[in-house]
Amino acid sequence: MGIVASVLKKFHGGVHPTGHKELTERCAIEPMPMPERLIVPLHQHLGAPSVPVVQVGDKVFKGDLLGASGGFVSAAIHAPTSGTIQAIQEHPVGHPSGLTMLCVVIAPDGADQWNPGLKGTADPTTLDPSAIRDRIKGAGIVGLGGATFPSFIKLSPPRDKVVDLLLINAVECEPYLTCDARLMEERPQDVVAGIRIMLHALQTKQCVIGIEANKPKAIAAMEKAVAGQSDIRVVSLPVMYPQGSEKQLIEVVTGRQVPSKGLPVDVGVIVHNVATAVAIRDTIELGHPLVSRIVTVTGGGITRPANVEVLIGTLVDDVIRHCGGLKSHTKKVIMGGPMMGLALHQTDIPVVKGTSGILALTAEESSGKTEHPCIRCGSCVNACPIQLVPCTMAWFAKTDQIDQLPKVDLFDCIECGSCAYVCPANIPLVHYFRYGKLTLQAKDREDKKKALTKQRSQAREERLAREKEEKERKKEEMKAKMAAKKSDVGSSSEVKTGSPTVSKKVTAKGGTATDSKGGGDDPPVDHAKTAKGTSLPEE
Amino acid sequence: MTIPSRLTVSDTLSFWTLETERAMPPSSLSFTSSPHVHGGDSIPRIMHTVILALMPATLLSILVFGWPALWVIVITTLTAVVTEHLLVKLRLRPSPVGDLSAALTGLLLALTLPPHAPWWICVVGGIFAILLGKQVYGGLGYNMFNPALIARVFLLISFPVEMTTWPHPVGLLGEEALAFGDAVALIFTGHMAPGEVMDAISSATPLGQYRMEVSLGKTVQEALGGNYAFSYFNATGGLVAGSLGETSALLLAAGGIFLLKKRIITWHIPLSMLAGCLIPAVLFWLIDGTKYPDPIFHLITGGLVLGAFFMATDMVTSPVTPLGQIIFGASCGLLTYIIRTWGGYPEGISFAIVIMNTAVPLLDQYTRPVIYGKTRKNA
Repeated sequence: MGIVASVLKKFHGGVHPTGHKELTERCAIEPMPMPERLIVPLHQHLGAPSVPVVQVGDKVFKGDLLGASGGFVSAAIHAPTSGTIQAIQEHPVGHPSGLTMLCVVIAPDGADQWNPGLKGTADPTTLDPSAIRDRIKGAGIVGLGGATFPSFIKLSPPRDKVVDLLLINAVECEPYLTCDARLMEERPQDVVAGIRIMLHALQTKQCVIGIEANKPKAIAAMEKAVAGQSDIRVVSLPVMYPQGSEKQLIEVVTGRQVPSKGLPVDVGVIVHNVATAVAIRDTIELGHPLVSRIVTVTGGGITRPANVEVLIGTLVDDVIRHCGGLKSHTKKVIMGGPMMGLALHQTDIPVVKGTSGILALTAEESSGKTEHPCIRCGSCVNACPIQLVPCTMAWFAKTDQIDQLPKVDLFDCIECGSCAYVCPANIPLVHYFRYGKLTLQAKDREDKKKALTKQRSQAREERLAREKEEKERKKEEMKAKMAAKKSDVGSSSEVKTGSPTVSKKVTAKGGTATDSKGGGDDPPVDHAKTAKGTSLPEE
Repeated sequence: MTIPSRLTVSDTLSFWTLETERAMPPSSLSFTSSPHVHGGDSIPRIMHTVILALMPATLLSILVFGWPALWVIVITTLTAVVTEHLLVKLRLRPSPVGDLSAALTGLLLALTLPPHAPWWICVVGGIFAILLGKQVYGGLGYNMFNPALIARVFLLISFPVEMTTWPHPVGLLGEEALAFGDAVALIFTGHMAPGEVMDAISSATPLGQYRMEVSLGKTVQEALGGNYAFSYFNATGGLVAGSLGETSALLLAAGGIFLLKKRIITWHIPLSMLAGCLIPAVLFWLIDGTKYPDPIFHLITGGLVLGAFFMATDMVTSPVTPLGQIIFGASCGLLTYIIRTWGGYPEGISFAIVIMNTAVPLLDQYTRPVIYGKTRKNA
């Protein structure tokens, strides 16, 4: 039992945004009427997009495969209801640039009928851990906290790593959101069942459920559900954003820090979201793949805030309409929480596996004042849970000193937004960090391309040098032969004049090749010459 | 696995026409980057709070030094604000005086001036602070030196007589106090009522008295005792000669603690600065108490408390990292002690802080904290 710290640790920094959880914390999870149409994106997870396996016009049952996993880090996509495939086409999705993505459009038949072939296992402990992982993979389960990392991977730790602790992330530190809290209040036994399956799959002996103290009902429900089970502990955590960030949660519970660029498993911990636990339970015990999720619909702009169980692919518009529509002074519609969520360009986009909330914020609730110059107050330094120096990072990004950014550990930033939340100058720090990261990634790709071009041109030069040497050697051989012939047979004027002509021609060709060396440092020029160069010997 | 053939145009059309009402027309939504909520802190709130924290000491200085002090404060602050307004308007930008930073600079500068400073000292100082201390660098956030202190240093070097003429604390209402009209006359003409001369009420600051007398071979006790009659009680309460802000160490410290409470400043700079000055003071006092005054004397006289809580903590010109702040503060304190004890001026706060301002970029670069998931070795 050594891994769990006897006293809860503190992580550096953090902020206390106003909770606003009272809007929905007493709203029981409600179902939604079947929407007219479901638009299911084929890329709802981290990793490669899924590959569509259905055709327009196909009839599908609820839970049928729509898209197969498109790589190791990828996830399957299933039909959220029974109906007909109406189209497979690009549709706007929740993307920062408002991009479209390939989506499967389903016209529901209203029966909402599961594929009768889907069967669960009443006692998961009879299953082999690898069988559990395969079923979780097949069910398209991804982290439902918002990161949407395929769950089976986190249940398949490398052989050389020991997993001491399964940590259930039920922190829900984002303001406004209550979907996880409601899930724990209403289905605590299913959470525990999911945990049991994960413990079995990981062959781990210990589990901690971390819940922030502002959810006393959820804590009580979970404590009741785990009563008498000494290997699962419910831990009430002091409220502090971003405690729900994996790294911070691990530090608070175990006192260990995940190494920079490392994974939780490096310190013997696996973290799963509480909603993921329930999804895993539904998959293993009922056989149901992941086709719906609980979404908190809230904010000052929502007429009737609620917690809704929404089918994947339901349009945000339909969900908002179900909750009474938007109030007229809504300024922002956000997918996810207010600290890390994505502001939507438009509302006709589908709910996906990672959509924990739909927030409609009014101007009073949301930030958006003008940016002022940094007064170097250091508030961001004190708030950063990673102990970065955000103001310096933002300055480098803003002034395009991109090369400086890795030196100030830009890639360790978790984009939690604590710095921007406290900034008195209203600097959109996270925005600058994203810009910096994207620019660096683009530069990295460019550098790799350049290196490849350089490598190719070097190989070409070496080859040309080799060829030239070869020709010189042949020439020497020929000369030697000639000399031998001459001494053997005696002189012949015809042969004598012919020989220099040949050698001259060879040298000329060699000269052209050597000239191209001058442009060797400039890849594009060299590239063109490489093409020319390759054709030379064939002339 | 078969990739479906693309939809026909008519399919697409029918699909798009099915898209009926949206909950909101897309153009009306704001889609700026996360986070979408803000804690509500703002630059004006910070400046406003600092000004508020300075108010008790400011009001006491007016009570202690009389009407002229009020004039010094008003003229300096107004000059700073007007200069800022005009300079930014020249650059065709919206006037930033609403952020109160110029007002704070003016007030801080006024607190470093002699209580009966002539009007033109106030005006020149206010213009210098904003023009050459701040706006030439690009305005708020870009200046290298604390604008109030760089202006004070400029005034001290350029106008040493006017900057070191310290009136005896005459009070606002007491029998020695100047009448309102006399105060106006003093500030704007340099004379009071006909027949009276400045010397009649001027006096040396405790630090000045100590340096002058000790350099003449006297002991600290002889220097501060006798006619000078230094009193710890009066010095703590602000009833001694000195600049406006050298008055009450007690009220200034109370203002500093208010700022700590309000989380405008952190403990790092003030505490390390006090320690940086007082630790050597203790050491030298223990070595030779007749040549070096005790640490309490250093704490309650001069501008140490004002400097530690209000000047060195100026956000723009101090480090942002905790370790950097500690090094910065300790160095300010140590330099202050060195200048006070062996330097050419009896008081060294402004020089110490202005010198350390130049080290801030370096400190920030080399004192970045060890981040989460790294150790000092692999950082």
